[in-house]
Amino acid sequence: MSILLDKKTRVVVQGITGIEGSYHTGQMIEYGTNVVAGVTPGKGGQKFEGTKVPIYNTVAEAVKVVKANASVIFVPPSFAADAILEAANAGIKLIVCITEGIPARDMISVYNSLKGKGVTLIGPNCPGLISPGKAKIGIMPGFIHREGKVGVVSRSGTLTYEAVKQLSDLKIGQSTCVGIGGDPVIGSQFVDIIRLFNNDPNTDGIVMIGEIGGSAEEEAAAFIKKNVLKPVVGFIAGRTAPPGRRMGHAGAIISGGKGTAAEKMAAMKKSGIYVVESPAEIGITMKKALDKIKSKKKVKVVSKKKKAVKKVVLKKKSKKK
Amino acid sequence: MKIHEFQAKELLKKFGVPIQDGIAIKDMNDFDSAISNLQSRGLNQFVVKSQIHAGGRGKGKLFNPNNHDELVLEGGVKFTTSAEKAKEYASKMLGNLLVTHQTGADGKIVKTLFIAEGLDYIKELYLGILLDRSVSKNVIMAATEGGVEIEKVAEETPEKILKEWIEPSVGLQNYQARKLAFGLGLEGAAFKSFIPFIMKLYKAYEETDASLLEINPLIITNDDRVVALDAKMNFDDNALYRHPDIYAYRDLDEEDPLEIEASKYNLNYIKLDGNVGCMVNGAGLAMATMDIIKLAGGEPANFLDVGGGANKETVANGFKIILADPNVKAILINIFGGIVRCDRVAQGVIDAVKEINVSVPIVVRLEGTNAELAKEMLENSGLNFEVARSLQEAAKKVTSVLDTVAV
Repeated sequence: MSILLDKKTRVVVQGITGIEGSYHTGQMIEYGTNVVAGVTPGKGGQKFEGTKVPIYNTVAEAVKVVKANASVIFVPPSFAADAILEAANAGIKLIVCITEGIPARDMISVYNSLKGKGVTLIGPNCPGLISPGKAKIGIMPGFIHREGKVGVVSRSGTLTYEAVKQLSDLKIGQSTCVGIGGDPVIGSQFVDIIRLFNNDPNTDGIVMIGEIGGSAEEEAAAFIKKNVLKPVVGFIAGRTAPPGRRMGHAGAIISGGKGTAAEKMAAMKKSGIYVVESPAEIGITMKKALDKIKSKKKVKVVSKKKKAVKKVVLKKKSKKK
Repeated sequence: MKIHEFQAKELLKKFGVPIQDGIAIKDMNDFDSAISNLQSRGLNQFVVKSQIHAGGRGKGKLFNPNNHDELVLEGGVKFTTSAEKAKEYASKMLGNLLVTHQTGADGKIVKTLFIAEGLDYIKELYLGILLDRSVSKNVIMAATEGGVEIEKVAEETPEKILKEWIEPSVGLQNYQARKLAFGLGLEGAAFKSFIPFIMKLYKAYEETDASLLEINPLIITNDDRVVALDAKMNFDDNALYRHPDIYAYRDLDEEDPLEIEASKYNLNYIKLDGNVGCMVNGAGLAMATMDIIKLAGGEPANFLDVGGGANKETVANGFKIILADPNVKAILINIFGGIVRCDRVAQGVIDAVKEINVSVPIVVRLEGTNAELAKEMLENSGLNFEVARSLQEAAKKVTSVLDTVAV
């Protein structure tokens, strides 16, 4: 199983005739995504590049005619906020906005008007999401992924690919990988995605990749401490970034000593997350964490009595302390 | 984007926000006419304010730019009742190096002065507007402790800072303005003038797509007026296309020359103080690569995100920018080729190194589509590359390269 997206998800591409939109639509179809329509205002009635995928003028038509239930947005930044609202008002429940460079003021309005309407917005300024072996909505390279049971959630793009590649190389597959985006205002936070992974019976472990700036990682850590029993491996990029400087993502800015990598890592460690110091160790750390569970489970199956004995021994030990 | 105090005040004035007024000069020859202009308005006390993109100016020190040990003046903001004294201060600020706790030891050359009216006031308050990312709403923060004290308040007694979150669909409401005014202990005429002040200020923040608007201090004058004594504004770079007038305020003198050069090539570069340069695609991976350099025993010399298309031109330009920094002893290239193929990136790197004389060792790590082929190409190029496949391997190679450089 997976979260948010599978083979049945019916995707409409907003901005399907643009350079980015058309290229990635091709890639998504090739991966197996059920792309049912495209939208480009003024180009309704055409078909997408030699395929049967119809192009409509509005998202509402795509919902009505071909029953689209997810949207991916590739329109330029000055039109993107409008595109998100159009999708939401047409009844789309999963909206993935790839567009980079949307003004924060626009996103503040969009975010707050979507609140409470049951819409899941991923991004903007994100690579999208993929349920390996099933479907992808976004721009990530499909081939590095592997079907499996680890959920990945991240604020960055290529760093997520790095983590995924490490997992796949160790034969650890992924249930779903979600790039939530690096902007100051994003539709879904770590907590939102981690909650879904936690409730997904086919996700056994979670990788979260954060960045300096903001407090989303700290909030996720608090949620994990309270609710999550699955192993979580975490990394924070930007330990060496100087304070007050903007590092590409608007999100990656530390101001006034808040949101530093050290603070985030401390909060995550406290919550029982396996925090890795080096981004090269994300995969191997998840492997160790999963192996640990496996061996525990084996003990359970082999003999409940033995475990009971162990508990007694442990209790004695702790008394000695 | 950041702007100067005098520019922020110019903007706020357009929105009808009461500000401490003044005249900006870039040349001492303009000083006399600026002062006589202020005198003609009946003003007889003045403040000479250094204009740089950093805080802590009042407590900063001015040094001779040719001799950093020669202290010229204590304080980058000076109050006086004498026009002669103001002129003396101005001449000691303009063209000299201002060092504050925010500029670092290198300081900033003062190229503009704001010659402002001197105001008598009974109270200093703090006001700030910015985005609260945890709730995705703008928040107005206010405190009775203005001036330099706000940092202390924020650290020791953050509960003393009043906060009002703004619902984007309806905007700032009058009751919120009143709540802030009561919270700040304002009464009478000061209370009455605070309400329109904050309404106009928020309008200015929102309509200019500011990412930060800080009035510190906000003063209550002896005659109970509410006035912005200082003003700091930052803007959302993503929204600058809507504000060509604000973009025109950009001051290249305040930016690192290498960063300006990089932006011409569409490279996202930030200069740092270390010895290992790096070139990466994607901001998150770039930061992670900097972290890897540090763990490998080096110090990152820069942040450089070359974006999606790592071709010969981008790589060559990247090398030029990185190598312009004399501290760089080695370079780590880390490209994750997802959409972009590694063999193409490898060819770009090879061509760029042939074109530019790269004198320091280069560790190259390419991962993704055709990574094996790319590795072969780099190894058979006859050039001196240290080629790595995994991030772990790249880190080890950086360590060993640094060892040889140190010897």
